[in-house]
Amino acid sequence: MARKLLLEHINVPGINTFDVYRQKGGYRAVEKALKMTPDEVVEEVKKSGLRGRGGAGFPTGMKWSFLAKPEGVPRYLVCNADESEPGTFKDRYLMTYIPHALIEGMIVSSFALGAKTSYIYVRGEMMPQIRILERAIAEAKNAGFLGKNILGSGYDLELYVQPGGGAYICGEETALLESLEGKRGNPRIKPPFPAIAGLYGCPTVVNNVESIAATVPIINDGGEEYAKIGIGRSTGTKLISASGNLVRPGVYEIELGLPVEEFIYSDEYCGGIANGKRLKATVAGGSSVPVLPANLTLKLANGEPRLMSYESLSEGGFATGTMMGSGGFIAFDEDQCIVRNTWNFARFYHHESCGQCSPCREGTGWMEKVLHRLEYGHGKMSDIDLLVDVSKKIEGNTICPLGDAAAWPVASAIRHFRDEFEWHVKEPVKCLDTNYGLANYAEPIAKVEVSTEK
Amino acid sequence: MSDKVKVTIDGITVEVEPGTTILNAARQIGGDIVPPAMCYYSKLEGSGGKCRTCIVKVSKGSEKDPRPMPKLVASCRTTVMDGMEVQNITSPEVLEARSGVVEMLLINHPLDCPVCDQAGECDLQNLGYEHGLQKTRYEFERRTFERIDIGDKIQLHMNRCILCYRCVFTADQITNKRVHGILNRGDHSEISTYIQTAVDNDFSGNVIDVCPVGALTDKTFRFKNRVWFTKPIDAHRDCPTCSGKVTLWYKGEDVLRVTARKDVYGEVEEFICNTCRFDKKKTADWVIEHPTAVSDTSVISSNHYDTLKPLPVIQDNPKLQHANKIELEKTSKF
Repeated sequence: MARKLLLEHINVPGINTFDVYRQKGGYRAVEKALKMTPDEVVEEVKKSGLRGRGGAGFPTGMKWSFLAKPEGVPRYLVCNADESEPGTFKDRYLMTYIPHALIEGMIVSSFALGAKTSYIYVRGEMMPQIRILERAIAEAKNAGFLGKNILGSGYDLELYVQPGGGAYICGEETALLESLEGKRGNPRIKPPFPAIAGLYGCPTVVNNVESIAATVPIINDGGEEYAKIGIGRSTGTKLISASGNLVRPGVYEIELGLPVEEFIYSDEYCGGIANGKRLKATVAGGSSVPVLPANLTLKLANGEPRLMSYESLSEGGFATGTMMGSGGFIAFDEDQCIVRNTWNFARFYHHESCGQCSPCREGTGWMEKVLHRLEYGHGKMSDIDLLVDVSKKIEGNTICPLGDAAAWPVASAIRHFRDEFEWHVKEPVKCLDTNYGLANYAEPIAKVEVSTEK
Repeated sequence: MSDKVKVTIDGITVEVEPGTTILNAARQIGGDIVPPAMCYYSKLEGSGGKCRTCIVKVSKGSEKDPRPMPKLVASCRTTVMDGMEVQNITSPEVLEARSGVVEMLLINHPLDCPVCDQAGECDLQNLGYEHGLQKTRYEFERRTFERIDIGDKIQLHMNRCILCYRCVFTADQITNKRVHGILNRGDHSEISTYIQTAVDNDFSGNVIDVCPVGALTDKTFRFKNRVWFTKPIDAHRDCPTCSGKVTLWYKGEDVLRVTARKDVYGEVEEFICNTCRFDKKKTADWVIEHPTAVSDTSVISSNHYDTLKPLPVIQDNPKLQHANKIELEKTSKF
């Protein structure tokens, strides 16, 4: 069995209550951290090599050390619990079943950053989780872990839960801050980064739920101990929310560096593809990362096995690789239609684009319409190249990464599954009730294909 | 920090104050290298960064950190660093991306220039001529909205809007209440006022001037004339609310329209009040200064001047005739 840090006590009855969580060793990290100096806590997180679990994979310790600390200006920690990426549901799981892990992490992180007020920005659709968190905060406050003078250390912290309006764009950190301030959730133009001028113009750190919860085992066991788990620069454990045509979809805690093949097929994890079918494609990290065919999912372009780690998943760049993203692992079996799936993702991004900058506002809608046409058998051959071109025009030209996130799935689907798109054009009637099938997407790659296009 | 910083844009070096944006540094140089700006408005705080037409390539970050910036940046919101090198029209990548942005701006634009009051002084039209495609690749129905009257003098034609947010910033600046903003999101977002009430302010008319396209139009000028048939004249009056410095747009003896004075980048110099704009439409109300300087490439200046006739010496000399063939053909055409 692999080590579990976050979900170790997930099956203990009543772990969502303060008393049981405390019995199982909860809030030890707070006690330990409050005896250290804030800088020592930051140093410990730096040593752990923890990388942001929200999608970008930026080292958390580094992010914390960038926080500006001017005199007399409050600093804020904001927890990004606006989890709305299709395919990702790990934060919701964590908040539902072990809310105190997040609260404990928030106290430790806020202490490290010197924040006296911290917010948990929860997506509006997650009303039960908001209630759970509010109850957990009340419990922690009763026990003296929140409020004035925590555990007699002289450190004050107020923690608030803020429900969002349920917009995907508010998961982007600056849009989240705008929304938290009560404005329209449009991403801000960077610089200035939130570490300099964030919430109410004050230095702010925005972290994902899982990153914050991961500070608890880091403080308990020490950063170096945490860094021993994992592989290379991908340290520690990661929650993966597996969905799609798997025997056992769900949230799994893995040690980074686990082979993808093992994750999909071993009985400890997903247990293989459901109904005895074969794997056709995967989306490794939530809807915004490039989709990969089965052969490239399991093996790198050079034939080595692909591992679940930040580096290995992105090995080969966009030509043959994908990204870790937020850990929303979606598997497609041989009966799934990639064109339909790409259209589905495009529809999502079209719906969620904030409409602030032109390429994303207009381009996402355009791509969605073209993909809709292809999926329903009205497409033309030129549509495929048109999609590639439109996605290129969006990528990199927008204020926030939503434009990239909308462009990558489309561009990668066409890069790897062009045959299937062409089949949809050639067989406009057949594609309505049958699908392209597995084709050669699971066959081992004969040679290293290096695409020259960017 | 008061030392000036050096920035090179398309090979032309200029020294500017620290904290200047790339766009404003380019405007200090002037000419063709100035990136087009649809949403940035120097008089409106917080504007810019949205339309992405002003994107440029930073090929050298600064003297200290010479690495290029990984992505194209919005020049209106990126400040210059000492030793920065910027490529605008010299970079094919920038031109390619910009034409992409223009295409995106146009796919849902109704392209009803023939009946649009803004035609002839429309930033999007100019941009489209310069960077747009001959033919659209968009084969779907364009989004449409109902026309909305914002008060009795301004009409909002949302179909033409490119969501530059300039009018939102203007409305925020002239009043401390939030009365004018954006509804919905994505490509179905629209400009709106609070339940379609009027923006009730002495300066509300300025939203017409800041609009880069024909989305916000002056109802007192609607369908009266084409801008290129009117002659702009600078004038002023003693106005108790604003500076009173305006441009009058004449057709024959009549003042058809009053606008604020605009600079070469289409930005107003000073905001004017609604009384000046909508109610003072007689020559007797104004002190006339002089004709407004209009760029000779602008369609507004067309037909106002005689065509240049070739000099007599050219008409005599066959060698010079050959050299000026194109010019001569033009005159014979007229």
